Amino acid sequence: MFQILHGVNVDWMRRRHIAFLFSGACVLVSIVSLIMHGGPRYGVDFTGGALVEILVTPPVHADAVRAAVDHAGYRGSEIQELSRPGQFLIRTEIRAGQNPAPAIVQAVSTEHPGAKVERLRYESVGPRVGSELRGAAIKAIFFALGFILVYVGIRYDWRYSLGAVAALFHDVFITLGALSLMNKEITLTVVAALLTIAGYSINDTIVVFDRIRERSRTLRRETPANVMNIAINETLSRTIITSFTVFLTVMALYTLGGEVIHDFAFAMLVGVVFGTYSSVYVASGLALEVQLWLERAGQGQRKK
Amino acid sequence: MTRSDQWKFYLTVVFVLASLWTLLPTFQFYSLPAKERQVVLQARPSEATTEAERLQLEKYAKLREKAIKLGLDLQGGMYLLLEVDTSKLGPVEAKNAVDQAMQIIRNRVDQFGVAEPSIQRQGVNRILIQLPGLLDQERAKALIGQTALLEFKLVKTEEESKALYDRIDAYFARRLRGGAAPDSAAPDSVQHPFTSKLLASSHSEAVVLSENIPIVEAMIRQLKADSTFTSDAQLAWDSHDTDVSGRTARGLYVVSRDALMKGSEVASAQMRLDLDATRPGAPGVSFNLTSRGGALFGDITGSNVGRRLAIVLDGRIQSAPNIQEKIPRGQGSITGNFTEEEAQNLAIVLRSGALPAPVNVIEERTIGPSMGQDSIDRGIHAGAVGALLVVFFMIVYYRVSGVVAVVALILNILGLLACMAGFHATLTLPGIAGIVLTIGMAVDTNVLIFERIREELRNKRTVLAAIETGYARAYRTIIDAHVTTLLSSFALMWFGTGPIRGFAITLSIGLIINLITAVGISKMIFDAWSVRRKLSSISI
Repeated sequence: MFQILHGVNVDWMRRRHIAFLFSGACVLVSIVSLIMHGGPRYGVDFTGGALVEILVTPPVHADAVRAAVDHAGYRGSEIQELSRPGQFLIRTEIRAGQNPAPAIVQAVSTEHPGAKVERLRYESVGPRVGSELRGAAIKAIFFALGFILVYVGIRYDWRYSLGAVAALFHDVFITLGALSLMNKEITLTVVAALLTIAGYSINDTIVVFDRIRERSRTLRRETPANVMNIAINETLSRTIITSFTVFLTVMALYTLGGEVIHDFAFAMLVGVVFGTYSSVYVASGLALEVQLWLERAGQGQRKK
Repeated sequence: MTRSDQWKFYLTVVFVLASLWTLLPTFQFYSLPAKERQVVLQARPSEATTEAERLQLEKYAKLREKAIKLGLDLQGGMYLLLEVDTSKLGPVEAKNAVDQAMQIIRNRVDQFGVAEPSIQRQGVNRILIQLPGLLDQERAKALIGQTALLEFKLVKTEEESKALYDRIDAYFARRLRGGAAPDSAAPDSVQHPFTSKLLASSHSEAVVLSENIPIVEAMIRQLKADSTFTSDAQLAWDSHDTDVSGRTARGLYVVSRDALMKGSEVASAQMRLDLDATRPGAPGVSFNLTSRGGALFGDITGSNVGRRLAIVLDGRIQSAPNIQEKIPRGQGSITGNFTEEEAQNLAIVLRSGALPAPVNVIEERTIGPSMGQDSIDRGIHAGAVGALLVVFFMIVYYRVSGVVAVVALILNILGLLACMAGFHATLTLPGIAGIVLTIGMAVDTNVLIFERIREELRNKRTVLAAIETGYARAYRTIIDAHVTTLLSSFALMWFGTGPIRGFAITLSIGLIINLITAVGISKMIFDAWSVRRKLSSISI
């Protein structure tokens, strides 16, 4: 048998306060970054606006494209050079219901007579549709989290439910923070990634919780902290292996998947790493804190 | 093998065969060379001229239907969300208007010749249009969005026109001076606030320089909004700009408010190049009227010989020819500064009728075909590398059991794709992400089971007992994990939009199939393997 991490015996729970500090710091960094960037950077899907992607062959400099876009009358547009030389993403606004793409393509072609300008992608979202899409996404996330909370509450215990949802928010929030730090946009695809992270996070948490529940029946004499340590140690190899395989796939998507899937994969990478960590520390650690607090409260009552 | 194992085995065989059978058209379709695939995509059996051709085209259409479709993000195409502006209609009219608009747009798109267009109603007054593949986006948009309300109106006589202009000038002059009558010594722009902006060659047909167009337009709007200003005449712009001694200008006509006849009487329309004798080769549209329309047209022309008849499209004057004589047969033509494509579009929209209300594009996404091809190549490449890495890792780490897991994984993906083909679902990029996550969950399921079996083996259980308890105990965790993920993806399916929903659908199908393949089928393989060989050790 070829195995990693067999028979580990780590006292995870003793160090939980360090983990709480670490998580707190990460959440704080996320909050600071979000405040400094003025909230999450929503893409055209949610704000409304237009997005034009062009390919210029032979490639020209980004400044030349910027000048052409300015001349076309779309001053203040944002121009991003993509990984392929000559490929540009232009975020702009819709003026008077006019599609800006033909004007931009025209302007770039006129200023570079030798170059072939190809229109790869065009997206425009009216401001009302943008706010509707945002509403729909928020509603979807809200209900997804709500369903999970209720299910875990019914299947396990509300103490666990609290830990699970805290872990979920922790992972999703830190991923949002990482996206903000990297100045990446929140698009519909990124929302899909955030939801997937939530799914993985809850999956990981449930595997650990399930073992804790099983062990707390068989090991009645152990302290809650020890039961948790044992459960975490026993499931550790599974946690690591699963996270590793997911990490492998997402890494492949990130490095090879191309522009369209890049942000999705980036969000997933961050989410998988934090999801693995949080199922061990945040979810179980918090569940333990709640349990200990209840016990202290119970003892206090009895003394009276 | 016990009886129940036999059943499981047969069910598995049926599952695999059914999946392969459902996926066969997809394999056939995507293994065609790109050129031939295009032929299949464009095949329209209704256009066949011979019986043999019809059979061939029908075969193509069936193949296309049964193969998994690629979303616009993968094959390129155009996505349009239209909103029908029903603000000027009553509640009943508004309800019918959207249905009518959908029907008309469907007719137009059909005539445009796009393979597999999708036109769906969304919400109360929205229409979602998806046009896959290569197409001229601007032209498609113009074709779909054009109201195409064709009207025939009389151009007012000189006297009638002058009377209207006098009234308009008086109206604005009063406004400018707060209700008082204008001073006769005041400059022209005060006495004639409106007509001073026009270059009048005649009263019924004036010309406005382009720098004056916005202000004239604003004044016309103001008149329209004021219910106290009524008239049986109205002002209408020419559809094309003209040139007045080197400066751009646009014609402004005075026409009757009510139409003598509408485009609903048009029976057929064709693009022609020989309509304008003064400009040979200039594209135009000739049309034939219905018999009722023809009779009406005869009456109109007969009683108005010598006057001008304006052909008005969406409120703009296309042309205003003189009526030379009574036109008894319902035939006419529209000429103007059209390009060939514009004329072609016009013929199509006249044939399919006018939209009952204006439509606005509120969301548009177009993906060029090279972009689509590029993203699918990269997506498949990345997915394949990711999957291979996982397969490699599983086999190295779990040996023979790893192979069992990989078999289950392959069956899972096979079943998932077969379901998508069976439901006529569309594969999109977020859908591929959903498949990737399904693979992740499937691997996790096997890891959970195998780690549990290893634990049981370490607790000195026999191989058979370890497999039994390992599966039984892991099963509970797996169910919980799957149910939570399924619950959240159901929420996404119900409340999410477009890409989010595509992701949630593939993920949900994948997870349900995973419960069958990763738990049921892999257990069956394990049982068959361990029981038959009476194993004392297991490669895990």
